[in-house]
Amino acid sequence: MATELKKIRLSTSPTDEALAALQIGDIVYLDGVVYTAREGVYKRVIEDGVDLPLDLPMASAANFHCSPAATQHDDGSFILGAVTATASFRFSKWIGAWLAASGAKLIIGKGGMNPEDYRDHFVPHGAIYLTTVGYGTGALLGRGVKAVCELHWRRELGLAQAMWVIEVKNFGPFIVESDRHGNSLFERENAKIAANIEAAYNGTKPAVLKRFGETDDRQDELI
Amino acid sequence: MITIERLQATAEELMRRAAIEIPEDYLTGLKTAAAAEDSDLSSFVLEAMLENYDAAKEDGRAMCGDTGCPRWYVKMGNEARVDGGPVALEAALRRATAKATSTVPLRPNRVHPLWRTDYDNNVGIGAPEIEYGFEPGGDWIDLTTVHKGGLFGTDYRMLFPSDGIQGIKRFFLDSLVAFGKRGLACQPAIIGIGLGGSKDACMVLGKRAACLRVVGDRNPDPKIAELEDEMKVLGNSIGMGAMGFVGKSMVIDCNIEIGFCHTGGMQMSVHAFCLSSRRAVARIYGDGRVEYRTNPEWFTDYQRRETVEWPQS
Ligand code: SF4
Repeated sequence: MATELKKIRLSTSPTDEALAALQIGDIVYLDGVVYTAREGVYKRVIEDGVDLPLDLPMASAANFHCSPAATQHDDGSFILGAVTATASFRFSKWIGAWLAASGAKLIIGKGGMNPEDYRDHFVPHGAIYLTTVGYGTGALLGRGVKAVCELHWRRELGLAQAMWVIEVKNFGPFIVESDRHGNSLFERENAKIAANIEAAYNGTKPAVLKRFGETDDRQDELI
Repeated sequence: MITIERLQATAEELMRRAAIEIPEDYLTGLKTAAAAEDSDLSSFVLEAMLENYDAAKEDGRAMCGDTGCPRWYVKMGNEARVDGGPVALEAALRRATAKATSTVPLRPNRVHPLWRTDYDNNVGIGAPEIEYGFEPGGDWIDLTTVHKGGLFGTDYRMLFPSDGIQGIKRFFLDSLVAFGKRGLACQPAIIGIGLGGSKDACMVLGKRAACLRVVGDRNPDPKIAELEDEMKVLGNSIGMGAMGFVGKSMVIDCNIEIGFCHTGGMQMSVHAFCLSSRRAVARIYGDGRVEYRTNPEWFTDYQRRETVEWPQS
């Protein structure tokens, strides 16, 4: 059977010590306030220069790459069902400027980011990356949501891209993908699997018709 | 005559079921995979998923926050008649999709590809997709909704007869390795493979193989069935599990569907139906009865017919 993984409760405005203690592969549950921000918000703040609609990182240091399955009723109230992260690597071009603008210490998303993003942006800003699990654990995450506090830019960006500010308790599970030193769990796992991959390919043969930009190095990441 | 009210009410219920309740066949497959998994991280992920399906059902909330792109498969028995005809049927399915988006709720995923226009209801140009099939006899309509997730895990390649089975295996592995890293495909998945047809037909076959056949089902051609088994074992031998962590659960099952193709080619498509393998089916009879199930039973002898005439003499 599998060995026990370390489980940690972490504030969404974590102390320096708490962040420094996190190791890749640790399981994390969050308490506090998180907000969603993805390409729509990044573009608006970084490229269009629109002011942030809330005080960051005072309000929260936890940015979730997510669009919830949620509806806003005509009376302004919300129903929020499941929440699931979206793949973060697509936000690489904004992440440095965003960490500077928002003071975020926790970036929560799907699948992690490039090692260069960790080295060039996360480490200097003291930020770590938490990945969601599965990635389909939306119902479990939904359970950790206690309330929708605010919804910003709903009209400008639509429900999916709007900035949802949500209060959470025991919100998780997440896995520490990148720690304060920029180590990456996915990189570590990729390296472990690499040797085996060649064996699986044994006996197969390359396609007779090649494609542009093709790589046969299975250690390459395509993101 | 099937009334439009009955049809729309059934469609709304299907939308709810698909989003919330993981089909039994996939669940059983995942439990088997979880029992066999011995890497700590992969095991943790699979256990969390099993907990998640329970939470979704208990709370009546969508299993995944990304509720995918709802689509419809409509299969009509040859004797079925719909009140208002096919135009009314399509309107009912679009209404049910929009309504369920706010009642379940689902994530409004559908936007205009260029202008990103979003009506917050999963309806728009060409959305939801509605595909049709027909079946000899029968005064009923089978309505299937699939909430397909995942921007990753699908690929197409023109192979040639000389690529052979080894070429097929290689492209299969390429797709799994490429999209399995970091778990972008949200594996373990039901992998559907389309072989032959033409480029568009091949994509459709592969997607239907992934979404419209259940775990444990086998192609009636014994040699293709054998290949399905082999591909499943091959995929699980990469050493990659859930989220791309070290592990052995990549493929819950592999389904292959074929169509006759140009004599010089051998088109191949690969599709991954993710950890949220969402589908729900109902048969609506002319007399108003409705029976719910999770197996679309799409690929019948008739759908796979090889002869000019039907029935076969
Ligand atoms: S691929 Fe499936 S499990 Fe993963 S986020 Fe999308 S819908 Fe959810």
